[in-house]
Amino acid sequence: MSENSIISLQNVNKWFGDFQVLKDVNLEVKKKERIVVCGPSGSGKSTMIRCINRLEEHQEGKIVVDGIELTGNLKNIDSVRKEVGMVFQQFNLFPHLSVKENITLAPIWVKKMPKAEAEELAMKQLEIVKIPEQANKYPGQLSGGQQQRVAIARSLAMNPNIMLFDEPTSALDPEMIKEVLDVMVDLAEGGMTMIVVTHEMGFAKTVADRMVFMDEGKIVEEASPDKFFNNPESDRTKLFLSQILHQ
Amino acid sequence: MENNSNFETRKPPVATTGILGWCRQHLFSNWINSFITLLVIYFLYQLIPWFLDWSVFSADFWTNYKGELIVDRTFCSRVADPEGDHGACWAIIIVRFYQFMYGFYPSEQVWRVNLTYFLLVVALLPLLIEKIPGRKHLIKFTIAFPIVAFILLYGGFGFQIIPTNKWGGLLVTLVLGVFGIAIAFPLGILLALGRRSQLPVISMFCTLFIEFIRGVPLITLLFFGMVMLPLFLPEGLNLDGLVRVLVAVTLFQAAYMAEVIRGGLQAIPRGQYEAAQSVGLSYWQMNRKIILPQAIRISIPSIVNTSIGLFKDTTLVIIIGLLDLLGIGRGALADATWMGLSNEVYVFVALVFFIFTFSMSRYSLYLEKKLKTGINMGAD
Repeated sequence: MSENSIISLQNVNKWFGDFQVLKDVNLEVKKKERIVVCGPSGSGKSTMIRCINRLEEHQEGKIVVDGIELTGNLKNIDSVRKEVGMVFQQFNLFPHLSVKENITLAPIWVKKMPKAEAEELAMKQLEIVKIPEQANKYPGQLSGGQQQRVAIARSLAMNPNIMLFDEPTSALDPEMIKEVLDVMVDLAEGGMTMIVVTHEMGFAKTVADRMVFMDEGKIVEEASPDKFFNNPESDRTKLFLSQILHQ
Repeated sequence: MENNSNFETRKPPVATTGILGWCRQHLFSNWINSFITLLVIYFLYQLIPWFLDWSVFSADFWTNYKGELIVDRTFCSRVADPEGDHGACWAIIIVRFYQFMYGFYPSEQVWRVNLTYFLLVVALLPLLIEKIPGRKHLIKFTIAFPIVAFILLYGGFGFQIIPTNKWGGLLVTLVLGVFGIAIAFPLGILLALGRRSQLPVISMFCTLFIEFIRGVPLITLLFFGMVMLPLFLPEGLNLDGLVRVLVAVTLFQAAYMAEVIRGGLQAIPRGQYEAAQSVGLSYWQMNRKIILPQAIRISIPSIVNTSIGLFKDTTLVIIIGLLDLLGIGRGALADATWMGLSNEVYVFVALVFFIFTFSMSRYSLYLEKKLKTGINMGAD
């Protein structure tokens, strides 16, 4: 593990049954670095980032997040989850709670924050994602883009050092993608360490410090956006880029 | 007329709204529908006046058709004057009303039962009305209510002890129904979570328990509680008969409740668990705040369904000699002074059960409606 890595994956292997989803994955992420992960579906990108907050369990190798190694130790898992926020493709807001309650829940129950303070924090987060006026509505009353922004606010309220995004715009109508990406760009400019699985190549070009391309469970190529888009090394990357950029 | 007037919003056509429109759409939309409507109206016309006449207008309450006070069956109008047009003889219920309500509970102590009934209503208030002032404190009372009720009904702490074989009628029905449902609910939640647990020992134990209890008729469990449970208990510890029955009823209900709630749990998408875990909630926090509220909400109709089922099944205790509402009714019919008035007794017992089960059913509809407002569960 290099000195200033905040996330370190070393020779990570994982299987679903007999099917190997991750093959010797190595990845070092520095503090404040923005990584964009792309690749065809089934390439293991979601699985990889889900291993980072232990929504999936890896079977071989070593994952260290902010100095804490992820093992079966529940205490370690809890401390890593407090460091790492996650945004899902399907938003996964809690439908029986209002927007405000969605955000205050974890601060109140996990961090034992007083209710008034948590609500103040929630309003602050909602302002960051630009929908403070929706605080008292329920998720079902919001558009997809608004729901995803609430989901981002919910993660930010736990004050994480690292944010993971698992295809955050894939379930959105085209006209709502921008409002979510704008929030993510703001977040990146604020210095958040981010790993983003996405096919939004425009976003990748503006925000990413490094591109990671995965195929069949392996990291095929890692490069700066400039090199990745203009001069990729592997043929597989070239094929992928030609397919998604000129469709 | 201007061109754009076509786009002004208009009221819907008169023929489709209002009472008339509703009748036309729902009762007389075609000739089959109209025929059925008329047929039903005819039957209701025959049935309702007849029943009202039997149960109220031509019925005896305290006195018979000659104005005499009814003291036994021979005074009932329909027995004394079989040729005449007389209705029900409710005197059997009125004379034995105390027994129907309290069994053989000593009358000088019966205020304790009435107080318990009153406190039951107080304990239910915070569950029924969400916006009641001081709900937090009332909930504490609700949780303490079973203990308070036990002391009041049974005795101890300065109260005279009333053994449970003196209890009867509605009192026994309510004790079994209310306590059975109230204790089985949390137990059922734990069993449902346990059955889905990733720890094989817990999941196997819960599965075995549920399958065993569910695979056995309630009557068998009642006999088991009466006859076999004492054999398992250490010597000297002699559980009260009603308590043994209550244990059997509660375990039975818990197994059914567990499966109902497990059904609700299965409907919760995996993303809800993942979102809860990713913000750092522990297993119990996740279940308490995220998973169970949604799962129970989905299961409300089934929860109320099994609860109503249990409430009615409590009448089975008659088989092992406890006198619940129905048991007292059968006792009254077996009494030579009142023999032959079974219509009145069964109609009365049915009515009492109906009042309770229908209220439960209405409450569940109210809950469903309340919990649905503003929440689109499917939007996730």
